[in-house]
Amino acid sequence: MERYEKTRSALSPLFPSGHESEAVGTEESEADSSPQQRLPGVVVTEYSRTGSHLDVVCLPDQLMAVAGVLEDEGFFLESIAGVDWLEQGQLEIIYDFNLLGGDQCRVMVRTFVDRSEPVVPTLTGIFPAADWHERETFDFYGLHFQGHPDLTRILLPEDADYHPLLKDFMP
Amino acid sequence: MTVPISPRHDETFVLNLGPQHPATHGVLRVKLTMDGEYIVKAEPVLGYIHRMHEKMAEAGTFAQFMPNTARMDYLHALAFNHGWALVVEKAAGIEVPPRAEYIRVITVELNRIHSHLLWWAANLLDLGAFTPLLYAFDDREQVIDLLERVTGSRLTYSYMRFGGVLNDIDEDFIAGTRAFLVRLRERMPVFYHDLVTSNIIFIKRVKDIGIITPEMCRRYGVTGPVARGSGINYDVRKDEPYSVYPHFDFDVPVFHECDSMARYMVRVQEMEQSMRIIEQALDALPDGPIMAKVPKMLKPEAGYYYSAVETARGLLGHRLVCNGDKNPYKLKLRSPTFSNLSLFGEVTQGMLLADALAFLGSLDLVIPEIDR
Repeated sequence: MERYEKTRSALSPLFPSGHESEAVGTEESEADSSPQQRLPGVVVTEYSRTGSHLDVVCLPDQLMAVAGVLEDEGFFLESIAGVDWLEQGQLEIIYDFNLLGGDQCRVMVRTFVDRSEPVVPTLTGIFPAADWHERETFDFYGLHFQGHPDLTRILLPEDADYHPLLKDFMP
Repeated sequence: MTVPISPRHDETFVLNLGPQHPATHGVLRVKLTMDGEYIVKAEPVLGYIHRMHEKMAEAGTFAQFMPNTARMDYLHALAFNHGWALVVEKAAGIEVPPRAEYIRVITVELNRIHSHLLWWAANLLDLGAFTPLLYAFDDREQVIDLLERVTGSRLTYSYMRFGGVLNDIDEDFIAGTRAFLVRLRERMPVFYHDLVTSNIIFIKRVKDIGIITPEMCRRYGVTGPVARGSGINYDVRKDEPYSVYPHFDFDVPVFHECDSMARYMVRVQEMEQSMRIIEQALDALPDGPIMAKVPKMLKPEAGYYYSAVETARGLLGHRLVCNGDKNPYKLKLRSPTFSNLSLFGEVTQGMLLADALAFLGSLDLVIPEIDR
């Protein structure tokens, strides 16, 4: 069994309706990589085209559970990226997980929050690596990571009052 | 009048290291809470050379971002060129001619040797050894001259293009590179190993200093020579092969001691492996074009793309989000030392200040790459 299939089956109990969204993914392969929000679930993506094996979309509430499963599976947190979908009024947070050697498997975990209420739970309790990455995302997007021990600016000046990667930021 | 001074362990003070400090090799600041000579708490303070490269990526076209890539990790700039070229080629579906990929690998590996040479020199300088710097810079100069020949720059290269490379390499470059390999292999045992690797003063400074366990590497997302010095056999060139690396026979040096000495040994041995790759690539260099036919204005399909390369410091990832427009909708740069440095606080707890500086050097930091 390929590693991504093992990871997918470990993640699938978190998404009771995941099988339906998976069917959608296989029918319209174009929909896999479209930046539009889709229903929570796990979709297998073509590695040679996208660079990741699994694309997991989850609700912010499910984030801790997903990260917990990936921690048990031996993954490490590679990066956290924010994306501002200004027209849709949403912020997306992309977490990339990867394995340190052995099998190849990159898991992209995505979640969406309203721009007006950008709050997601912190992963610092599971992955210490999340500490700085979350501070950076807070710095650039104003995303509030609930429960973070020290959510302060990391790269911008401490007295900055702006979040420069928001699409409506004007210097 | 003399007052007897008794040591008090309940009294700490804050020591400010940097942002202008020779041992941080750039503008890194560390706020240290000290109990005498011992570190109670160390907090790296970042951002002194933050330039918001990710915003610049969104503001320009894909090609316009290429010069920026070299200005993050200025010591292994070609790997950053390579990573950016690979992710855009993946998004836009561009096939690169084999000759171009071979040239990319040759130049990237030369650049890796250069980066390790400079790290070697600077790390020893931190430890108080001045002479090795002169030898390493002598060798490094040869690499820079070679790369200047083909790329036109000495440090901040903007050599790669989507679909290939800017200039072809010529006979002089090939002969010069072969001569350099012979020269470095001759000098390596004497100037590097006899003088430093087996030097008792050096060994005493780095052995058993800065222990990073394999589990810690995973929790903090540590990659590159730091992880390989902790017994983790992970190299993107082997584990997530890209470019033409699968064509070459090379080893991944792994050491299990988890200390600064292990990280030193990994880097020194990696230079030899890079030399092996360059040799094989020069021997098997295919003929043909160095550029694919690529449209002037790229508009990759909307979607999420990721590409990882192994720089001299570890895994460099590009997370690219496209919306079908002519500029990147979002680019996240996952730089290796940002993650590698994040464990500094945990490792240095209870460490002597002098040891912490020896440890900091063994992490091989390039600050603009952390701050981006």
